[in-house]
Amino acid sequence: MLKLPIYLDNNATTKVDPRVFEAMTPYFLEAYGNAASKSHPFGWKCEEAVDYAREQIAQLIGGNEKEIIFTSGATESNNLAIKGVFEMYASKGNHIITLSTEHKAILDTCKHLEKLGAEVTYLSVGGDGLVTVEAIEAAIKPNTILVTVMYGNNELGVLQPIREIGALCKSKGVLFHSDATQAVGKIPVDVMADHIDLMSFTAHKMYGPKGVGALYVRRKNPRVKVTAQMDGGGHERGMRSGTLNVPGIVGFGKACEIARLEMAEEGPRLRKMRDRLETSLLQLEESYLNGNKEHRLPHTSNISFKYVEGEGLMMGIKDIAVSSGSACTSASLEPSYVLKSLGLDDELAHSSLRFGLGRFTTDEEIDFTIQCVTEAVNKLRDMSPLWEMFKEGIDLKSIEWSEH
Amino acid sequence: MAYSDKVVDHYTNPRNIGTLDKSKNTVGTGLVGAPECGDVMRLQIEVNHETGIIEDAKFKTFGCGSAIASSSLATEWLKGKSIDEALKIDNMEIVEELALPPVKIHCSVLAEDAIRSAINDYRAKNGLEPIESEKTHF
Repeated sequence: MLKLPIYLDNNATTKVDPRVFEAMTPYFLEAYGNAASKSHPFGWKCEEAVDYAREQIAQLIGGNEKEIIFTSGATESNNLAIKGVFEMYASKGNHIITLSTEHKAILDTCKHLEKLGAEVTYLSVGGDGLVTVEAIEAAIKPNTILVTVMYGNNELGVLQPIREIGALCKSKGVLFHSDATQAVGKIPVDVMADHIDLMSFTAHKMYGPKGVGALYVRRKNPRVKVTAQMDGGGHERGMRSGTLNVPGIVGFGKACEIARLEMAEEGPRLRKMRDRLETSLLQLEESYLNGNKEHRLPHTSNISFKYVEGEGLMMGIKDIAVSSGSACTSASLEPSYVLKSLGLDDELAHSSLRFGLGRFTTDEEIDFTIQCVTEAVNKLRDMSPLWEMFKEGIDLKSIEWSEH
Repeated sequence: MAYSDKVVDHYTNPRNIGTLDKSKNTVGTGLVGAPECGDVMRLQIEVNHETGIIEDAKFKTFGCGSAIASSSLATEWLKGKSIDEALKIDNMEIVEELALPPVKIHCSVLAEDAIRSAINDYRAKNGLEPIESEKTHF
């Protein structure tokens, strides 16, 4: 039985896997100690659970459990990584390199540091959303201390050439941070092979709970340190104070374990469904895939339906939860800056939908989505003056539009 | 953000979608907004020369649900009105009728602009001066 509404916004957040939820429950009601309490069994039990989760998490990303710093989520991890490196390595330089398509947690952190004396280079990406290693190499200067490039883009799903960027940074002696929020748990990520020094990720994008994330901080070759941004009891090797969210961490660990064990099956399964959805929707006239088709997360598809406005379209598919790059869905009234960075016209950015499939997506839901989106696009085009002009062969660029 | 029932109704069952013959001098066409802003409305009226009454109104809109509903409602209100009465339609009446939230007020402004623009197109076709807008929107 098809149950409505359908959730295809898994890049925003995911449902907690029932197995994760089950693993967490004892840590609310029974083992409710403080993991930092060293003098009684309540604390010991929690410390043990946290250590175990640390191993589960480290194993998923090819790191060591001592290299996992728990945070409240990827936004905090990104802040800690960038601000922490900027402060810790101030004597080495003040230059940071990043991309214009990064998440706001990176871009706004960089902007904040610019006010404190940082020099930040925001590299633009190609029409397919990817940056080249050459562009990064050309931007590295003697005072560069950090390169931060996201693993998989949240809006497009495109995967940056992380391994090559990592190797470049290593050869240049520059620290490399990656915001891997969308990638970890979805595709194999290996901090050793990818030469990643710092990496942000979070539980709630991989069927874990909200409110818990991690920053991977390399301990060997090189040994990386970040200046704490939260002062207090000196938890997490002094890099992030605050009582550990034990149930959250236990759930995070379990989510990582499940992802590690099931990724090989889950990735191709989601890719197959995603490709079926995408192929069907791209059969609609004047619909375009945004971002590189090959180098992409298996569960994400971003499509523009020209001459149809995204928010209007979402209203027509109200039984399907997706996101749009349309201005109307954001507080700023600007269409998606990520789509604009690809060189897309504003109107195509306004016409985009992001589909994010997940572990619990079914073939039946994909069938329904294909039918529903197709009908809504056709209906809205029937009432779109732009579609009528396009069909009459009128070049929309030749019209003098009245701005408002 | 949840839409009001009236917006949903107009979106689901839009009134008067369509196209009138632009070449007729009884037809006035208003095309307002811009694709890059995410809203374009085209509103058309057909006026009876004898009576000065708007006998038909059609629209097509590229935009969000509130923009579609605002233009749909405008065509409903225009039919049967004289030009003078039509010019009195205020965007805030649309806001009230559709219970538009503050972020969607621009949709009603666009609908009012479309009405005015269609009327002026009709006037221009018939050798009349355009009517200037007396109010300024912010």
